[in-house]
Amino acid sequence: MTPLNIALVGNPNCGKTALFNLLTGSRQKVANYAGATVERKEGWFTTPAGRSVRLLDLPGAYSLNATSPDEAVTRDVCAGTYRGETAPDLLVCVADATNLRLHLRFVLEMRSLGRPVVLALNMIDAAQRNGMEIDLARLQAELGMPVVPTVGIRRNGARDLLARLDGVPPPVPTPVPPGTDLHAMVRQILADCVTHATPLSDRMEERLDRWVLHPVWGPVILLVLLFLMFQAVFAWAQPLMDGIDAGMGLLGEQVGRLMPDGVLRSLVVDGVIAGAGSVVTFLPQILILFLWILALEESGYLPRAAFLLDRLMSVAGLSGRSFIPLLSSFACAVPGIMATRTIQNPRDRLVTILVAPLMTCSARLPIYTLLIGAFIPHRNVAGFMNLQGLVLFGLYALGIISALVVARVMRWRNPDQREATLLMELPAYRLPNPRDLALGLWERARIFLMRVGTTIVSLTVLLWGLSSFPKPPAGAVGPAIDWSLAGRIGHIMLPVFAPLGFNWQICVALIPGLAAREVAVGALATVYSLGSGTDTDQAALQLGGMLPTHWSLPTALSLLAWYVYAPQCVATLAVIRRETGSWRVVALTAGYLFGLAYAAAFLTYHIARML
Amino acid sequence: MRLNDLPRGTDAVIDSVDDNGSPDPVAARLRELGFVPGEAVRVVATAPLGGDPLAVRIGFTRFALRRTEAQRVRVHVAKAAA
Repeated sequence: MTPLNIALVGNPNCGKTALFNLLTGSRQKVANYAGATVERKEGWFTTPAGRSVRLLDLPGAYSLNATSPDEAVTRDVCAGTYRGETAPDLLVCVADATNLRLHLRFVLEMRSLGRPVVLALNMIDAAQRNGMEIDLARLQAELGMPVVPTVGIRRNGARDLLARLDGVPPPVPTPVPPGTDLHAMVRQILADCVTHATPLSDRMEERLDRWVLHPVWGPVILLVLLFLMFQAVFAWAQPLMDGIDAGMGLLGEQVGRLMPDGVLRSLVVDGVIAGAGSVVTFLPQILILFLWILALEESGYLPRAAFLLDRLMSVAGLSGRSFIPLLSSFACAVPGIMATRTIQNPRDRLVTILVAPLMTCSARLPIYTLLIGAFIPHRNVAGFMNLQGLVLFGLYALGIISALVVARVMRWRNPDQREATLLMELPAYRLPNPRDLALGLWERARIFLMRVGTTIVSLTVLLWGLSSFPKPPAGAVGPAIDWSLAGRIGHIMLPVFAPLGFNWQICVALIPGLAAREVAVGALATVYSLGSGTDTDQAALQLGGMLPTHWSLPTALSLLAWYVYAPQCVATLAVIRRETGSWRVVALTAGYLFGLAYAAAFLTYHIARML
Repeated sequence: MRLNDLPRGTDAVIDSVDDNGSPDPVAARLRELGFVPGEAVRVVATAPLGGDPLAVRIGFTRFALRRTEAQRVRVHVAKAAA
């Protein structure tokens, strides 16, 4: 039997992806804002009766009359005109039971597609808690399609839907006559089928929003949240990081003692453990950063932050709509750039893509932490702030301010008379679910460790090879690494980067850093570990402690400034190419970022030297 | 009166949504989101630095919209009893 093709459609933020994850056992990202899903996702499952189903999760849409690239995907898949996608056999239209006023209009639109439709009334538990009573039988009759209650976040919350899929195939609904006032129809249906009490949550929203959206307290709350986030990343992670660091040091020491001296020992100790191990150390920090981002995403706060910042963004020529893609870029620019698909105005979208790499992604965190830990004293400022956390906050702020300035310049160079639109839903607040947070963090940890295990280990091994061979000729003086290929490459690059205060070791570390920024840390560890000779293997792991003896403070600050801007991430450039379809935009991005990086590092180095 | 002139916290009812040029995708989208004649609406918050954008409550949904967008919506203040 051929599998049944089902597509999940519905308004943004009605819980399609939660339902998709529940049915297919996937772990696609869910969040409490419109536009968490921007492309179609495919999953498979088998119904209790043994029917095999191919399920498509589609981006949310308010209407088939698409206004942004993500909505266009949904429109085209539903119409069966999406290239490379067969038309779905059945549409499962998902509607948030607590917000039928808005969501039923789209459900009625679905009737005109000429495909069987089943309505999944999602979050039915929340509706009942709010004192809403829904007459399902009557709703089914008036909508002209089967209606099943679902709870996307409960284990057996899709039971009724599965049973429906195993039952008689639903008929194709009769289209709503053209010219019908869909809103009037929705109002009539609601009057007939739903007994409304004022939702309890509505009153809570009202009360919370009075503070969160307040013209004075709103920005204060936002600043405090962001500031706490950076302090937490620095302060809370430290004990855990020290633990991992000590563990790796011990491991290197033990392995070094067990293995006979030679090439293999050098590969394991100087290459893998010093290189990849130094990157693993940053796992706690990255997880704490993601914990904050996940909790903010789940809570429904992010669109409100976008509301507060819209004015600031409009000074830069953007709208609050760019805020969520830019905030996602703090985790990684790749999903951030993909999230720009929710931006309707093509020019706003392009500018957002161009400045997204300036948001400090989590891969930069290891480098920042390493350098701050090594060069900035651990000291309290004004009693409660940690100077290291403050510098980190400053680096993030520098990225943000630069993005606003760059966006402004691009707008000035390329004026567009079209109106910038905001028009964004502010979702209901939700308490983040600990289980979802734990799953999200586990997912991040897995991805990070996979990356260390594959990309980072291979790059550090490659770098180890380049730094170890060829061996110096007999009777040569000076460190062996000076004779190696990496040493020579570093010395060739040196004239270009010497004005920034970089030494040849930094130049060498910049190259593998192109594939993944955090490799630069591992690369420095490997280069210095090899350069340091054979009897200091253990010390080599303490990269942070060693750097101040090799670098001056201006060099460290210059490298920090370099990393705020440098477009050292192949994945980001690749996703820009995919999203814009233009090599010109890729070249523009890489070009302006390198220019800024060079200028910023140059200025930082020379100003710091004068002080 | 237009939605962008409505004081914060005042209950109002929508009269119409006007197109600003044709076609006007913003006006069309507003109507799809439920900004239709007869619907109750209220401004729940105005943003810092100049009061733009607005946070508006319609039905049980809240939207953030800029003043230029809100300008398309004609409203009248609801009776005090409401």
